[in-house]
Amino acid sequence: MTELTDQLYHFALLDEDAQREIRRKLLKAVAIPGHLVPFASRDMPIARGWGTGGLQITLSLITPEDTLKVIDQGDDESVNAVNLRRLITRTTGVATTTDTTAATIIQTRHRIPEEPMRADQILVLQVPMADPLRWVEPNIERATIMHSEADYGKMWVYMYESIVRAGDLRIASQYPVIVNRRYMMDTTPIPRWDVPKLHMAETLYLFGAGREKRIYAVPPYTAVEPLQFEDYPFRTEYRPGQRCARCGAENTFLTSHFVADAHGGRWETTCSDVSYCTKRCAATETTA
Amino acid sequence: MSEQWLLRVEQLEKHFGPGCPVCRQLTGPTTGRSRCPRCGTVWACVDVNLQLHAGEVLGIVGESGSGKSTLLQMIYLALRPDSGHIWYRESDGQLRDLTTLNRYEARLFQNTHLGIVYQRPELGLNMRFSVGGNVAEKLLLAEWRHFGRIRVRTSELMNKTELLPERIDDEPTTFSGGMLQRVQIARALASHPTILLLDEVTSGLDVSVQARVLDLLRRIQWTDRITMLLVSHDLGVVRQLARRTIVMKNGHIVEAGLTDQILEDPQHPYTQLLVSSAL
Repeated sequence: MTELTDQLYHFALLDEDAQREIRRKLLKAVAIPGHLVPFASRDMPIARGWGTGGLQITLSLITPEDTLKVIDQGDDESVNAVNLRRLITRTTGVATTTDTTAATIIQTRHRIPEEPMRADQILVLQVPMADPLRWVEPNIERATIMHSEADYGKMWVYMYESIVRAGDLRIASQYPVIVNRRYMMDTTPIPRWDVPKLHMAETLYLFGAGREKRIYAVPPYTAVEPLQFEDYPFRTEYRPGQRCARCGAENTFLTSHFVADAHGGRWETTCSDVSYCTKRCAATETTA
Repeated sequence: MSEQWLLRVEQLEKHFGPGCPVCRQLTGPTTGRSRCPRCGTVWACVDVNLQLHAGEVLGIVGESGSGKSTLLQMIYLALRPDSGHIWYRESDGQLRDLTTLNRYEARLFQNTHLGIVYQRPELGLNMRFSVGGNVAEKLLLAEWRHFGRIRVRTSELMNKTELLPERIDDEPTTFSGGMLQRVQIARALASHPTILLLDEVTSGLDVSVQARVLDLLRRIQWTDRITMLLVSHDLGVVRQLARRTIVMKNGHIVEAGLTDQILEDPQHPYTQLLVSSAL
């Protein structure tokens, strides 16, 4: 990959000052789990809202020895993932992989990989909305004060009203959690399915919101509890009886696609984590 | 009634503005103004001392701008005083200076020990949430995590404050002024506060509704033995509820004593004026 590296750019695109600033903010974020740390989000060669927050974190952490994996919606080959991967490899020359277990840094949008992650790996998430209090308090200044006072009553009322109106906790993604029994954190962009993976995980999770100019983190072995009621507990989106149409897995997060065929087409559910699904398919082929 | 105080305010001061060397001479009840004519600083509360005994109702009267709401906000820990102390006696007898609490501790204290009812319901309630949600917020802040039990307790509180429990999920905007005051009271009582702060609760309500809200407050005071601090410019309201009364003018306490005594035999010229004009 080295020959692809564009020598016109500094290693990892960002200048040293920018990288140092982001690393300092990352240390602060790790020291205060779940707390939103403001940072000077740089202009990037991709548009804000396309993963600039996660990209800046990855670029300030990456070393030439790292192995990178970039996923978007669980897929290594979707547009966003391909472009980000190309940008990072062209400015750093690091090796890339689609295998979760082989990567040292994984930059992702929407998903945490299905395969369990280890302590020597870092997961970087691209975050669209950083503050969970946005739903109940649009004023950022006031929301910051609410965070500092742990004044989360409004958010709890939001959950309460969700049950009153819909009969259940109807939140698809952006599920709010309490980190380390102190700060309320937004789990955007991951689905409910991945929320339990944050709790007491071995891996360092870093969240970067480029447009919102915020960084936050869940360090390893940190308690992450979803907001829930004793009689209306948090539930992942599990649909019994459904399985992946490709690998047959029953314990993964599934997405449905429309597959066109001669009879007009049909809906098919497959694993959202494509590389894991492919790996499972390959394993069954070799054993068969 | 126990004579031991529950809350003690010592030399509490709050001013808004830069302040200047002659501020204190140019403001106060003798000059008849709170705003310093030289630098424009408003002295909202100066050298305020009071004691609140467990289970009593203390009235604070005074005209607009006399500093009574500022005092209440400082006791509610929503406003930080410039100097002075607010001592609170915990149930185990330990004394805490509430002015030394940080933001987080102050909010925790507020949620567990204090309840407030404002004159304008939109200050105390969130108009975008349902009535039940507004009452439940206090319970949720007190770590209630069982939806069914929260609903039951909210209905109980609505019954207690003479609201129809069927309307638990209605929007506050569909409620009348007097009902909204009762929603505020239900919300304030939800977490069993030790002190209930009432800021002009009956102002702006018509007389019959006023009487109902006062009746409700008196009954709650009777059954729950809750300590109340009642701020009002209406002497009639204070007379109905408070045993002791403090009269404030231009940021200073000018008279304090038993309510009946103050109303029958006012000592300070300002109180005399107040009593003669109101009754």
